[in-house]
Amino acid sequence: MIRADLAAIAHWISPGAKVLDLGCGDGQLLTYLQQAKQVSGYGIEIEPERVVASIRNGVNVLQMNLETGLSGFDDHSFDTVILSQTLQAMKQTEAILRDMLRVGREGIVTFPNFGYWKNRVQVLRGTMPKSEAMPYEWYDTPNIHLCTLADFEGLCRTIGARVIERIVISPEGRRVNAFPNLLGSLAIYRIRA
Amino acid sequence: MKSSRSLGHVTPQRAHFDAPLQLASGTTLASFDLIYETYGKLNAARSNAILICHALSGTHHVAGTYEGNPHSTGWWDNMVGPGKPVDTERFFVVGVNNLGGCHGSTGPSSLDPATGRPFGARFPFVTVADWVNAQARLADYLNIPRFAAVMGGSLGAMQALQWSLSYPERLGHAIVIAGAPSLSAQNIGFNEVARQAITTDPDFHGGNYYAHGVIPERGLRLARMLGHITYLSDDAMMEKFGRELLGERPRFSLDVEFEIESYLRHQGDKFAERFDANTYLIMTKALDYFDPAAQAQGSLSAALAAARAKFLVLSFTTDWRFSPGRSREIVKALLDNSISVSYAEIESTQGHDAFLMENEDYFAVMNAYLQRVAREVGA
Repeated sequence: MIRADLAAIAHWISPGAKVLDLGCGDGQLLTYLQQAKQVSGYGIEIEPERVVASIRNGVNVLQMNLETGLSGFDDHSFDTVILSQTLQAMKQTEAILRDMLRVGREGIVTFPNFGYWKNRVQVLRGTMPKSEAMPYEWYDTPNIHLCTLADFEGLCRTIGARVIERIVISPEGRRVNAFPNLLGSLAIYRIRA
Repeated sequence: MKSSRSLGHVTPQRAHFDAPLQLASGTTLASFDLIYETYGKLNAARSNAILICHALSGTHHVAGTYEGNPHSTGWWDNMVGPGKPVDTERFFVVGVNNLGGCHGSTGPSSLDPATGRPFGARFPFVTVADWVNAQARLADYLNIPRFAAVMGGSLGAMQALQWSLSYPERLGHAIVIAGAPSLSAQNIGFNEVARQAITTDPDFHGGNYYAHGVIPERGLRLARMLGHITYLSDDAMMEKFGRELLGERPRFSLDVEFEIESYLRHQGDKFAERFDANTYLIMTKALDYFDPAAQAQGSLSAALAAARAKFLVLSFTTDWRFSPGRSREIVKALLDNSISVSYAEIESTQGHDAFLMENEDYFAVMNAYLQRVAREVGA
């Protein structure tokens, strides 16, 4: 079964597009996009085990450090650059957003919404939130730059990125239209420079 | 995980080619021999062959041992064999000594059929593209229409890259390990020092030392010692040898005192015993000349537009002779052409030599990739 966010991402990708997936993990998204959209896809990953997993899954993977930017890639050399559930774990958050919109004609960013009501309840109760989307303890989480929908849209304004479309989904994978910053656990943005 | 073993005993074979081979230098080689080894079985579809290209000092003897000589293990035995990344139970593996070599293929130390004496300095310069043409002849001879993969490290990586340009339809995958799209000026500089060491040796005799019954041993030793320094990283050398003295205290002499001196001298001696000086000169020149971008107005991307293979490119973090940046140039040019490529930058302290050593991440990448190749060709 495909995660709801993968299907949403695929929806925004044109068939045969050239796609760069930043932080591609084991290549699940690219595998899906290759099958569903026949994309010419490349993933970037830093962890050796994930690089091996991507290769095993038949995905093109490039072992590089996203924190040092995408300087090796030409402007607009990809149709779409994807940052799927990686933004919140990056140190150079702003830099990678700017760079992905330089390298890609379009960007897709997904991240867990820190403003989701269950997270807010946990903070109100006095503990750091834990959920399916953020299953870590506060002391071992790789997520150092968590944000809400409002926060992310604020950063987009700051760097001059336009939000073309937005899909917000619930933990059950359903589209959330009302009070997305409160009721949505995962945000998927389509942005352009 | 399947357990891996050694191939056991292997036997070199020889192929003779009578059709003349046109060389990049403009000269023609009327006929030539190639010495090679094969491991595993060519399947009925003839789709499971892998060509292993050797580096500067490598040979056709990639894996296994020769009967009666247990110390004759092939140079890439950790990579090639039953259950190893290049699994000889699935692939038909070909190792070949390149033209100009000194291990059985026609080279400067071979007898020139026209004179009955060694070619010596009259042996023509050969390029990476010439080698690939000769290897393609061997593929024809072995009835291999298309390789599942062509692979190599260092100078071998350059051959894998050249295959994708010279015979784009005759390989499924190019595996380019610790390679570069061309040598840097620094690299050519190192090669030139090595060549000068050989050609200024009084025993060189303008390359015709065979007739004098001598070899330019001092020059070869120096060339190899210099090479070894550049193949290792500073850290790896410090880790391996440190500042250890062979004796208890400094002896204030020019004899071997530090461990590193002893190591380099030993490597130099070993090399001078087994390697032909003219071959060393030719091979380093082939390295220097390699530059596929030069044929495409300096654009590697334009040069690689001809490639049809899928690529695996690997580099090693402490390799300063063929640095990761050079591999990333290849990757960039492949991306520009939307060619399938995976790239791994392997963490290693071993410098350029790392491509010959067992390393968990390196072998995991090779295993995963070659299993994919095997699936594709039904091996």
